[in-house]
Amino acid sequence: MAENNGDNWLKKIAETQVWKSIFRTGIPRNRRQRMMVVLNGVFLHLHPVRLPKHAVKVKYTWCMGGLSFFVFLVLTVTGILLMFYYRPTVEYAYGDIMDLREQVPLGIMREIHRWGAHLMVITVWLHMFRVFMTGSYKPPREFNWVVGVILLVLTMLLSFTGYLLPWDQLAIWAITVGSNMAGATPFAGTSGPGSSLLALGDVNFITTSSDARFALLGGRFVGEGALLRFYVLHCIGLPFIIMIFMIIHFWRVRKDGGISGPT
Amino acid sequence: MTLETIKEFVNIIFAPEIILPLILLVFFVIFPPTDRLYKLNKMLRIDKLWTKEGGIAIFAILIVFFLFGLTDPNFKLIVTKPDNVPIVGLIFLVVFFLWFAMKQAVENDQRIGEGKKPAEDADSKEKVLVWPDLVYIEFIALILCTVLLIAWSILLKAPLEEPANPAVSPNPSKAPWYFLGLQEMLVYFDPWIAGVLFPTIIIIGMMAIPYLDHNEKGRGYFSFNERKMAISVFMFFWLVLWVFLIMVGTFLRGPNWNFFGPFEFWDVNKLEALTNVNLSEIVYMIWLKQQLPANILLRELPGFLVIIGYFGLMPLILAKTLFKRLFDQLGSLRYSIFTILLLMAVSLPIKMLLRWAFNIKYIVAIPEFFFNI
Repeated sequence: MAENNGDNWLKKIAETQVWKSIFRTGIPRNRRQRMMVVLNGVFLHLHPVRLPKHAVKVKYTWCMGGLSFFVFLVLTVTGILLMFYYRPTVEYAYGDIMDLREQVPLGIMREIHRWGAHLMVITVWLHMFRVFMTGSYKPPREFNWVVGVILLVLTMLLSFTGYLLPWDQLAIWAITVGSNMAGATPFAGTSGPGSSLLALGDVNFITTSSDARFALLGGRFVGEGALLRFYVLHCIGLPFIIMIFMIIHFWRVRKDGGISGPT
Repeated sequence: MTLETIKEFVNIIFAPEIILPLILLVFFVIFPPTDRLYKLNKMLRIDKLWTKEGGIAIFAILIVFFLFGLTDPNFKLIVTKPDNVPIVGLIFLVVFFLWFAMKQAVENDQRIGEGKKPAEDADSKEKVLVWPDLVYIEFIALILCTVLLIAWSILLKAPLEEPANPAVSPNPSKAPWYFLGLQEMLVYFDPWIAGVLFPTIIIIGMMAIPYLDHNEKGRGYFSFNERKMAISVFMFFWLVLWVFLIMVGTFLRGPNWNFFGPFEFWDVNKLEALTNVNLSEIVYMIWLKQQLPANILLRELPGFLVIIGYFGLMPLILAKTLFKRLFDQLGSLRYSIFTILLLMAVSLPIKMLLRWAFNIKYIVAIPEFFFNI
């Protein structure tokens, strides 16, 4: 009896003009409505309406692709919250992180952001592994594998740029190790082979203030310039690029014939 | 007393000159790329690993090793460092999903061997609606993932060390874990190779996989036997050259980037004799018992010959012998790209072996032009 009442109550809300204007299909009860709710919704529209049964099984998909996207969204939200507190300057950066830790009540945003970053690399890895083991990169999905590799690289670059922002010992020395490699780029780095060839008479074009490492750090060492560069890349630049590639990736999943399966 | 002996034993096993050959030997029997090794794998009943009992055994060994390890203060110190916890989790996740994938692959192999279709086939004929059949699975996955993240965040504080100080470098200073493989390569190759050339090649190589693998079988279901070579090569890259090197970089590399056993104290003052020599020095000074020639090209001639032989002749020899079938399948262009990429990748474990077993530093050493291989 109570259940029935609840049902009626829900039904009444579902018939109001406001509800109908927001959710065009109503409560998805019958087959037609269940199809329409996927077709009409902007988010669910990522999915096709119907799928072969093997494709919804966790055994086959491991959910890793979806979870990677979800963790990315979690990182975006926590990242935005962290930006309210964090100033990317050598003077304030460390203190702001300290405050996040000590002053913000129930503050686990930084924890979720950091552990989420680790988790995202892992889920992307496992997604790649599953796609490989099911041979899903084979024609006609070759190009989407390529896009996936780009997404993996971007994921690691996002994580790498975020590493510097707390401005502690771990941060600057990890980035120092990483960015020193850029200085060894052939021709474009001062300590790389061939850089001394790029000279006009006595004037070297590749110096410590004009090589690949300098471009990455915005200076000769990991300092103010590097912090700002990494901050902008981490918060705006790389997320912008990765989102473009994610759009292509998801679009191509659908256009290349949906999820792979034995044919 | 006995406990200490076990720890000593583990420390010795994990010495680079022992663990690396051991892994290389065992790897290709567990994930056999060729028919002959596949038969050996079957004969040794290694495919039993990919059953329920096998999985339980693998996990029991892993858990016992970690529990035993945690009784050791040195091991505990490294493993419980907040930034290392995800790597421990990674070990368990990778092992689990490896088992999970291989279990389904071996089951499908068996079905295909009996002339049946893979297990996914029956399901793929039936269609289900995304709402609710997929949406509720996604919903549960998201909730579990959120719970995991929140619990992890409450239990473990994100690490924050001393404020940045450009004057004091920590020892050892390590790259983020997913780049530890690159940092490990820096030991064996110059920065322009380890830090620039190899990462570029790795990315290009990964992108090239679908264009190089011309095997039409095994699309859309788990399988192993039908695509042994592809899976074995991929696993080798991923498990040995990436995951294993991450483990090495995290747990075995200590102060001054020296090697330490898992139960060894990270002694800052541990001295390792640097007796590494170049190939040219071995050839001229030890074998021919004369001084190094002054002419750079003459001095490095043995190295150049080795490199030319490795990249020039090796693909041809392989095409006639081990990779004969592959060469016929791929055609000359795909085959050349594949073997060159493979030889480059394999040069890393080769150089690691040469370094650890024979103390060879460079094959070609021209420090005058920052050109060392």
